[in-house]
Amino acid sequence: MGQKLGRQSFRFTKPPVIAAAANIVGPMEGDGPLAVQFDWIMDDILFGEPTWERAESKMLRESAKLALRKINWQPQEIDFFLAGDLLNQITSANFAARGIEAPFLGLFGACSTFTEAIMVGSMLIDGGFAARVLVASGSHHNTAERQFRFPIEQGVQRPPFAQWTVTGSGALALADQGEGPVVTVGTAGKVVDLGISDPNNMGAAMAPAAADTLISHFQDTGTAPADYDLILTGDLGTVGSDTLKDLMRMQGYLLEGNYCDCGTLIYDLARQDVHAGGSGCGCSSVVFTGSIWKQLNEGRYRKVLLAATGALMSSTSSQQGETIPGIAHVVVVESR
Amino acid sequence: MNEKTGSSEQQLEAAEYQELINKIRPRHTFLKNAILAFLVGGSICLIGQLILQIYTGQGLEQQQAQAATSATMVFLGAFLTGIGVYDQIGKYGGAGSIVPITGFANSIVAPAMEARREGFVFGIGAKMFTIAGPVLVYGFLISVLIGISYFLLR
Repeated sequence: MGQKLGRQSFRFTKPPVIAAAANIVGPMEGDGPLAVQFDWIMDDILFGEPTWERAESKMLRESAKLALRKINWQPQEIDFFLAGDLLNQITSANFAARGIEAPFLGLFGACSTFTEAIMVGSMLIDGGFAARVLVASGSHHNTAERQFRFPIEQGVQRPPFAQWTVTGSGALALADQGEGPVVTVGTAGKVVDLGISDPNNMGAAMAPAAADTLISHFQDTGTAPADYDLILTGDLGTVGSDTLKDLMRMQGYLLEGNYCDCGTLIYDLARQDVHAGGSGCGCSSVVFTGSIWKQLNEGRYRKVLLAATGALMSSTSSQQGETIPGIAHVVVVESR
Repeated sequence: MNEKTGSSEQQLEAAEYQELINKIRPRHTFLKNAILAFLVGGSICLIGQLILQIYTGQGLEQQQAQAATSATMVFLGAFLTGIGVYDQIGKYGGAGSIVPITGFANSIVAPAMEARREGFVFGIGAKMFTIAGPVLVYGFLISVLIGISYFLLR
């Protein structure tokens, strides 16, 4: 059984093992600096489907199945499948679950869904409710643009602080035993809103939530940023990460050389014309399952803190002038 | 001192936060945008003028030639949207490619292309004016207001 730490954190007494990781990315992510780390790079953005929405769902389903294949698990052996995405009613995840014969819990935390799923999955395992849990989250650039911004072929200029929604899906297989890195600590975030209403400036909307959860995490666990080999936020991009560093400094926490953001890792910011970096449910999930999990597995990282961040708005709430609430959930993954 | 005051001292106010963001956020490159908009918008207008000259040269009346030029420019805007070029022009041209009539064609064809997958009625039919709709509504409204004022002040 897990142990509650402070107000928002908990330590897993039987830390769940991340037995396998798998991912699928779009052509643009496959052209980025992490290309060699990905399992499957789609040739075209439609992934052989008639619509982008179906392509997104297929990515989620196939990345989840790929994680299972890597360790020879059958879908019938999975106790829970936890997944989420950015689309209304999380249809991509719901439809992907049709192809996975396992009890399904759909999650929505916008781009924080990946760590939300890892955290809930670890709780299910540590609490004795499951032995094997499959988690996945993904996003598709074109479906997200359609839903939240403009049609793809619309000739508009993106502001310099806009972010590029990642096309990709990452999945992890969590188990109560076996080989692999373990999830040791989780911190569930509070919803924080400091009044940003510009849906193009997601980094700024999410940074206060990231700062809030990170500080709660450090206080609850009695750790400091220097105790981690890597502190990785999900998709703050360049503007959001600079803001986060400032916010943390004001509270006396220095994020220095061991801090990075998935949104700045996934693209070559100088070459790929993505402005402030990547975003979306797929951003943290493909970077973690691609690059970070492998380095944990090989022992190059011993202790990694992953804080995926989400902007909890809808296109309707934005049009009605509502500000954008942010959220961030932390999981700590350690190699053994 | 209770816990609440302790935390509110540390808590940033929305106004302070907006100030911090304004410092960190990269600036819009206004001068570059204006120059590119001028060049791209100017080029589109130049092409329009050339087409007009050709039509009048072929013997069309001025008014007919103007209508034919608009139709040709709308076709070009729609065609370039369809083959995925107009959004690239828009990326650099900004207002220069939005304001001319080709931009209007782009703003109708772009949503229509995506909505095709939701069918002809609730897809294309309903969604093709999601961006151009407001332009039409307020354009008509203003034209009526101007018509009425013209009638009264004449």
